[in-house]
Amino acid sequence: MSDVTTTDYRSTEERIDVSQRVQTLPAPAPDQELLTLNMGPHHPATHGVLRLLVTLEAEVVRDLKPIIGYVHTGIEKTAEDKSYWKAIPVVERMDYLAYYFNAMAFCGATETLLDVEVPKRAQYLRVIHMELNRIMSHLVWLGTSMLDLGAVTVWWYCFRERETILDLFEYSSGQRMHTRYFQVGGVMEDIPAGWAEKLRKFIKIMPEAIDQYLDLLNRNEIALRRMYGTCPLDLETLEGLGVTGPLLRAAGSNWDLRKAMPYSSYEDFDFKIAVGSRGDNYDRFAVRMQEMKESVKIIEQALDGLPEGPYITDDRKVALPPRHELATSMEALIHHFKLVTEGFRVPPGEVYYPIEGPRGEYAIFLRSDGSSKPARVHMRDPSFVNLQATLPMVKDAYIADLITTLAMMDPVLGGVDR
Amino acid sequence: MPDAPGTELLAQDLREAHGDDAVVGTGFFRDKGAIEVAPTAIVDVLQTLRAKGFKHLMSVHGVDYYPEEPRLGVHYELLDRDALDRLTVKLRVTIDAPNVPSVTPGWPTANHQEREVYDMFGVVFDGHPDPRRILMPEDYEGHPQRRDFPLGGEPVLFTAAETAGKDYTLGADQPRGSEKAKR
Repeated sequence: MSDVTTTDYRSTEERIDVSQRVQTLPAPAPDQELLTLNMGPHHPATHGVLRLLVTLEAEVVRDLKPIIGYVHTGIEKTAEDKSYWKAIPVVERMDYLAYYFNAMAFCGATETLLDVEVPKRAQYLRVIHMELNRIMSHLVWLGTSMLDLGAVTVWWYCFRERETILDLFEYSSGQRMHTRYFQVGGVMEDIPAGWAEKLRKFIKIMPEAIDQYLDLLNRNEIALRRMYGTCPLDLETLEGLGVTGPLLRAAGSNWDLRKAMPYSSYEDFDFKIAVGSRGDNYDRFAVRMQEMKESVKIIEQALDGLPEGPYITDDRKVALPPRHELATSMEALIHHFKLVTEGFRVPPGEVYYPIEGPRGEYAIFLRSDGSSKPARVHMRDPSFVNLQATLPMVKDAYIADLITTLAMMDPVLGGVDR
Repeated sequence: MPDAPGTELLAQDLREAHGDDAVVGTGFFRDKGAIEVAPTAIVDVLQTLRAKGFKHLMSVHGVDYYPEEPRLGVHYELLDRDALDRLTVKLRVTIDAPNVPSVTPGWPTANHQEREVYDMFGVVFDGHPDPRRILMPEDYEGHPQRRDFPLGGEPVLFTAAETAGKDYTLGADQPRGSEKAKR
């Protein structure tokens, strides 16, 4: 077998210089006719039912208005009519690629209101699941965004690893998506026997798999030319627009809530924050790729250091008593009955609980009026806020770059519309 | 996080800068400070706090305090990324005069979020560059996140029942609002 590293094709690849890409576009001519075009709401390249009202001058985007609300299902309103523990499943369904993060923000907010301590083991289990979820979300992003750029192959590889993660979720909670694994005060169940070994196998293959994706893309002239240097946006504008997550870090900020304001024991883990320099589409891509590798590191550390102990708080006013106690303890039976019928009551107050998700700052604003149902649930969803940066990013760029930018922004419309 | 005296000091600074009426009250709950301000002072207050380091507006969201008065609330979540501080600035307006000056000119991130608060609660943001609904259809009547807006009072569009001239909507034969009262 000949050495693939010395073929003509490989040497052509080595010579690709994408930094020479010319991106200067002429100013609009006064007599040029403008074309207003609807992109979406059902265009497959829009990652959901996003509608963009685009004003074009020939191929150049001059104006853009996102029109949203097509999958608004009133989840915040629905959650107000459910007791706290029954609201977790509906809240999980907001951003459907980040269900563990939605649940974490909601449970975290409720725990803050209740002033409940979460056991260390539960915190570590939450971290493991959230980081798996982050990898899973980034894999869907990578697959679909490369699909947008015309590369079908990457998608298959991404979904290969994604399936492994979903199998792990199914193994620990019984569900592939929207697992309702996080519970107020901890997690639903301890991890089952054999789960840790399965996870170890996964964290062994994942870094190699990420390198495989990078091999497919980092020398790919089409992908590079479409990403490198397109649609950059400076840090100041991004911060003004409230953009968070990989989009912000691609422009050079090192803001990551896991490091800056740790929650759920993130301070115990050693990991790096991936930061870009130019803030273009390539940096947005590269930051997410690196983030996946860091997530693997966090999972490994959390698994190695997984403390023994309870997986949920022993506060019987909040968490269900163990099944075996119901047969012998009257008190446990009463607690069980009260929790399942009415739910627990939460002291009145207002909290805002932010966490770092795959797309930025997920935060639940929760107001309690003292009853067993939340008086107001609001999700500060990063996709919704980040979407405002679309126009500044793509203004005066080609419509082809708009597709790339949208792919690299990775909005999830379930989270935007809620 | 600013502690309870720190929040008081911030409120005192705001009183000195914008008059005693600018600050309605302060609160400190679960390690986080909150300052309630007069609706008319919100733009100035946020500007002053920005100069004090709270350079990032992370979230704007609405609350309905029904049955308390004034009913509608708007919350502004500020963040200081150097001192790692968070601070809530709140204001309350009545249903009859739900006018709040828009902070979008100074904080572009508030654009979509103020539109959402208008859409869901009916708070009118004066000076907003694009004051339209955002999530609900443009011709929609009412503000669904208000506490007295009934669940299930929403007609289902484009159903087979509708084409057949029947109306299977829950509570469609009753006037709006009676759904909630019945429960």
